[in-house]
Order: sequence, then structure tokens, then C-alpha cells
Amino acid sequence: MSENIPFFVAVAAGMIRCATPVLLATIGECVTEKAGIFNLGLEGIMLSGALTAVVVSFNTQSPLLALLAATAVGLLLGLLHALICIKFQANQVASGIAMTIFLGGVTAFFGADYVGKSIHSISQIKVPGLGDLPVIGQIFFNHDPLVYFCYVMVPLTYWLINHTRFGLSMRAVGVDPRSAAASGINVRQVRYLSTMLGAALAALGGAYLSLVYAQGWIENIVAGRGWIAVGLVIFATWNPWKALVGAYLFGLAVSLQLRLQAAGSDISPYLLGMLPYLLVIAVMAITAILAKGKSQGQPTALGIPYTEQS
Amino acid sequence: MTKPKFIFASLFANALLSIFLATQWAQAAEPVSKLSSKSNSPLKVGLLCVGPITDWGFNYAHNQGRLYLEKNSNGGIQTTIAEKIPESAEAERVLEKLIASGHRLIFTTSYGYLEPALRVAKRHPAVTFMQINRFQTAKNLGTYFSQQYQPMYLAGMVAGRMTKSNKLGFVAAHPVPPLLQAINSFTMGARSVNAKAETRVIFINNWSDAPLEVEAVKSLAEAGCDVVAHAQDNQNTILSACESLGIYSVGFYTDAHNLAPKGWLTGACLDWGPFYAKIANLVANNKWQPCVYAGGMESSEGYVKLSSFGKAVPAKVRAEVMAQKELLEKGKFVIFSGPLKDRDGKERIAKGQALDIKQLSEMNWFVSGVKGTLAKN
Repeated sequence: MSENIPFFVAVAAGMIRCATPVLLATIGECVTEKAGIFNLGLEGIMLSGALTAVVVSFNTQSPLLALLAATAVGLLLGLLHALICIKFQANQVASGIAMTIFLGGVTAFFGADYVGKSIHSISQIKVPGLGDLPVIGQIFFNHDPLVYFCYVMVPLTYWLINHTRFGLSMRAVGVDPRSAAASGINVRQVRYLSTMLGAALAALGGAYLSLVYAQGWIENIVAGRGWIAVGLVIFATWNPWKALVGAYLFGLAVSLQLRLQAAGSDISPYLLGMLPYLLVIAVMAITAILAKGKSQGQPTALGIPYTEQS
Repeated sequence: MTKPKFIFASLFANALLSIFLATQWAQAAEPVSKLSSKSNSPLKVGLLCVGPITDWGFNYAHNQGRLYLEKNSNGGIQTTIAEKIPESAEAERVLEKLIASGHRLIFTTSYGYLEPALRVAKRHPAVTFMQINRFQTAKNLGTYFSQQYQPMYLAGMVAGRMTKSNKLGFVAAHPVPPLLQAINSFTMGARSVNAKAETRVIFINNWSDAPLEVEAVKSLAEAGCDVVAHAQDNQNTILSACESLGIYSVGFYTDAHNLAPKGWLTGACLDWGPFYAKIANLVANNKWQPCVYAGGMESSEGYVKLSSFGKAVPAKVRAEVMAQKELLEKGKFVIFSGPLKDRDGKERIAKGQALDIKQLSEMNWFVSGVKGTLAKN
């Protein structure tokens, strides 16, 4: 690593890496919450995605299969949360938190055999053409395929929510499920699908942490990133583009504080450690002030179990 | 309308929680020895660990010590390890459970276990406790220290010889005394053979966050460091990150040379087995006395060790380091001895003085050559 990368390029490329797992989970949760379901199980689902990816990559030597398996586990866990919240109409907050605690234990238990095992990870692929651009190429187009997948998923989920028939149903179900039902929308079906899709994206975020970053399983590898995603959704007001801004701000602060320390700067590590959270809080406050009075696209039926009769 | 749903939800949450706790205990109780004992009553030894024993780090090292006990006692010792036990009332509960199932010697291997251990020790005077990294003792509670700064000095010598950029990296959790000792000592070792060497320190504010550790190693490599040392629990993450970046690595807690076959230089490690066997024998023969073991390389316990050298380290460097190691073991070389100034020029150790274990545990300064930031008091 003797090639000399300019400081800001290194910080920016680090920002993309640090932000990607959080961003995947955040846009997933945007989709889920837009349809009126709270999923606080993100942390646990990310852990499950991370472990699944390691187990499958270790046993099949195929990172692609590993990603598919992580997605499948995400879909299943989304289905489980949806069953509890939609079919049994349980408290969504309680179900999510229980899932996080439960999956934390489950992944620790089944992951123990995989600690220290080396796996086939995902390698960096330079985007042809774009990757050779000075600065821009180094920052954005010299990453692993999951980062590029994330670039595509942000506009795709935005389009899904705002410009498709299914997205319209989602938004309707998230604001007023009974009116939506009266207009012929299958409320439960929309909520099931949104929850599963959101959980699958979160599981992929988890797989990024184990396959790309740590290149193996470590207990509690997610280390709170699922909760950061839950916070970022509110910051993003359920808008995937704003989620991208929030996640990148967070990634920027993390990447910057590490590299400031590596450069031998003289700022307290505790202050630097607070930087990511400070930035997010500051931007949240500013956007809240700017958007005063305007609609935030808030799914007003969020967290309320749906019943046909009151 | 919402009441029955909420009850259902909390029941569900409770059920999940209890399953989770049950699996945790089952995991803890599972590795009990299956050896049949030859003597009438084998000594039952328990260990309490704060993290997972699969971490290739601090907790892993303790489990290795436990396995050594089982292997070398001819069935005279049975062991139980309880992992991931928080430093809270939960520790007290697990200690009581160990005692109820006949354990007569218990090692409490995390800083914050002292208070629960003292309370339980008072209630059970026939049980012996050994608490890590604390000074306070009781009639049936002794302590032992796991300071690894001595081998880190030797590892620093290797790093100082091997670096081409003269920039060494160090990934640590928090600016706390045991880690400052390791960072200072590592830097002093490096500068004893290479006056141009400097250490760049990244504190990540977390004992275990694998992705952040990888990003920290990358940041250090980008800043030009070609050797990275660390004091994190996830040894495997940091070592493999160094390996894939093609830079040298220095280990901590365990000898994990196989995790980085190309770039491994050496490191500090903890070899608890013989020490635990010694304590177990004292307890079995009723000869145990409360005492504080410092466990340095010059002591007879000698559980703090230098790890094996990696292939990359040439014979000349090995010989130089081994000569220094012998001086440490004979007590002829004391690392933190005066005159020693901190990096701001303030005298920290006067001529002819050396830091005792208590003063070491209060270290809050960097020697010159360390680039990193301390928490301001």
C-alpha cells in the first residue's frame, strides 16, 4: 500500500465503504416503514445475514451463493416479523426488539464454529471506464459489487415508492389502511411484501460486513449499525435519496475520524468518536427546521396493527 | 383492543429472552470435563469470562488455560467456563451457581468482576477466588495481572527493524493505562533499534467492532504504516486485514501466527495453563494464600510471553531480540525505569526509579515517538 492516495480521496473512498452496509439497511427500512410496519429487528436481521453469508461462502466457496442465501434469510425473517405483526397483530416494537435479542443469541451460538475460518470474500472490481477517471474513479468506482448494487438500489427504491402502482399501494397502506382497503388494495399483502423486501436489504447490509469487511464471522459483528439505520430512516423522512445523504454523512464522519488519527492529528479520540453522531443530529435538526410545516411523507399508520373493524 | 395484543407481544418477547438466556447457559456449561476422576473428589475449577471464548484474544487465552488444566491433571481437575457473563449482578448469580455445583476455585477474568466476587467470597469462605487486574485481596481472594507491555517492547524491536517507512501503526480501543503501557513500550522497543520509528495510534472506542478495525488498518496503511500492532479482542480480523494489504502484523493476547502466515512478525501472548495449574495445586493441597501476582517475564509464573517469530523475521533480528528477552527475564532490564520523559518533555520517572505495578496501572502519558491523542484530564 505504498501508492500515494490524496488524503481526501482516501477519506471519501472510506466513506463509501463505511456507509454501504448502513445504507442498505436504511433504504430497506424506508420501504418497510412506508407501508406502516416498524421493524426494530434490523440489528438482528443484519447479524443473521452476516452469519449466513459466512456459512454459505465457507461451505460452497461462492460469494454469489452467499449473497443469495443472505437475501433468502432476510426474506424469511421479514416474513416472520410480518407474521407476528400482521397475522397475530402483536406490538411491532416488542417483536422487533425481541428479534434483535433472539437473533443476537442465535448467531453467536451457531457462529461459534465459524470464528477464525477464512472464507471466499468479494473482491474489488473496477468499473470499466469510470474506474479510471481521476479522483471520481478512485472514490466511487473502485469498490466491490455490493457498493455498485447499493448505487442502483437507491434510485430503484425511490422509484418503487413514488412511481409505481405497488408504491402507491404502499404509501396508501402506510397512511390510511382502511381507506386503502376500501379502494381494493390488499393491505396485508402489501405489508407482507414490504417487510420482507426491507429485511432482505438489511440482511444484505449484514452480509457486506462479514463478506467484504471482516472476511469472516465475528460475534456481534454489526455492533449497533442496525440501530443507526433505524435512526437514519427518521432523518431521511422515508426518502431513499435522503437516506443516501444521511448514510454517507455518517460514513464520512467515521472515515474522517479514523484517518485524522492515522495522520497523527491532535484531537481527542472521544471527540472524534462522537463526530458521526453529532453530524447526523445536526443535519436532522437543520432539516427539521427547514421543513417546518411541510409534510414529511410520514406514514401516519406506522406501528398500528391493521384490523378491518375498529 | 390493544391490551391482549400487548400481552401476547410481551409473552413472546419473554419466551424469546428465556430461550436466549437458556442457550447462553447451556453453552457455558457444555465444556465440562468428561474425564472420570481417579481421586475421590476431583477439584472443580470454574472460570468466568466477559466475552466469547472464540475471539482469538483475551477470552480465548483463558479457555486455552482451562484446557491445559484438564489435559494435564489426570482427571484430578474438572473445569467449567461461563462465557459472556456481564460484570453485574449476573456475575454474582453465576458465581453462586458454580459454587452450588461444587466448584472450589474460581478465576474471575474481567476487571469488573472484583465487586461481585468479593461479595460472594464473603459468603463462601471455603471457596478460593482469583481476580484479574485488581489490587484488593481478601482472605479467600487473590489477584493476578495480565500486563503485556514487556513482550510488546520486544515486538517493537522487531517492528523497528522490519519497517521501511519508519511508520508503525497501532489499533487500540481506549486510551486506558494497560493499553498506554503496551503502546509506549512497543514504541520504546522500536526506537531502541531505530531512532526514526514512530507509532501512529488509532483509538476506535470499542473493544470489538470488526468492520471499524478493518477500516482503521486501511487508514494506517494509507498513512504509510507498514507494520500494524493492536490490542483488540478480534485478533483474526486485524491480522487478516494486514495480511491482505501486504503489511506486517504484531499480535496481542494469543500467538496467532497461523492467521497471517506472510506478514506475522511476533507479538505478546498470555499462556495461563501452568499458572492455573500452580494455583489449582496450591488450593488442592490447602497451601493457597491470598497474594497479588504481577506475572512479569522476570517472575517465576511467567505467563506473559513473547509469541513465536514469523517467517519474515531474519535470524539476526531474532538473535538481537532474544538477547534482550533474556535480560528482561533475568530482571536486568526494566522497561519503565528512569530517567524517562513523556513526549512533552515532562519527567515521568526519575533517575534510579522504576514504576511499580500500582504506578503502571495509573499511566496516562505517551513517550516520544507516539502520535496519538490522550483523553485530556
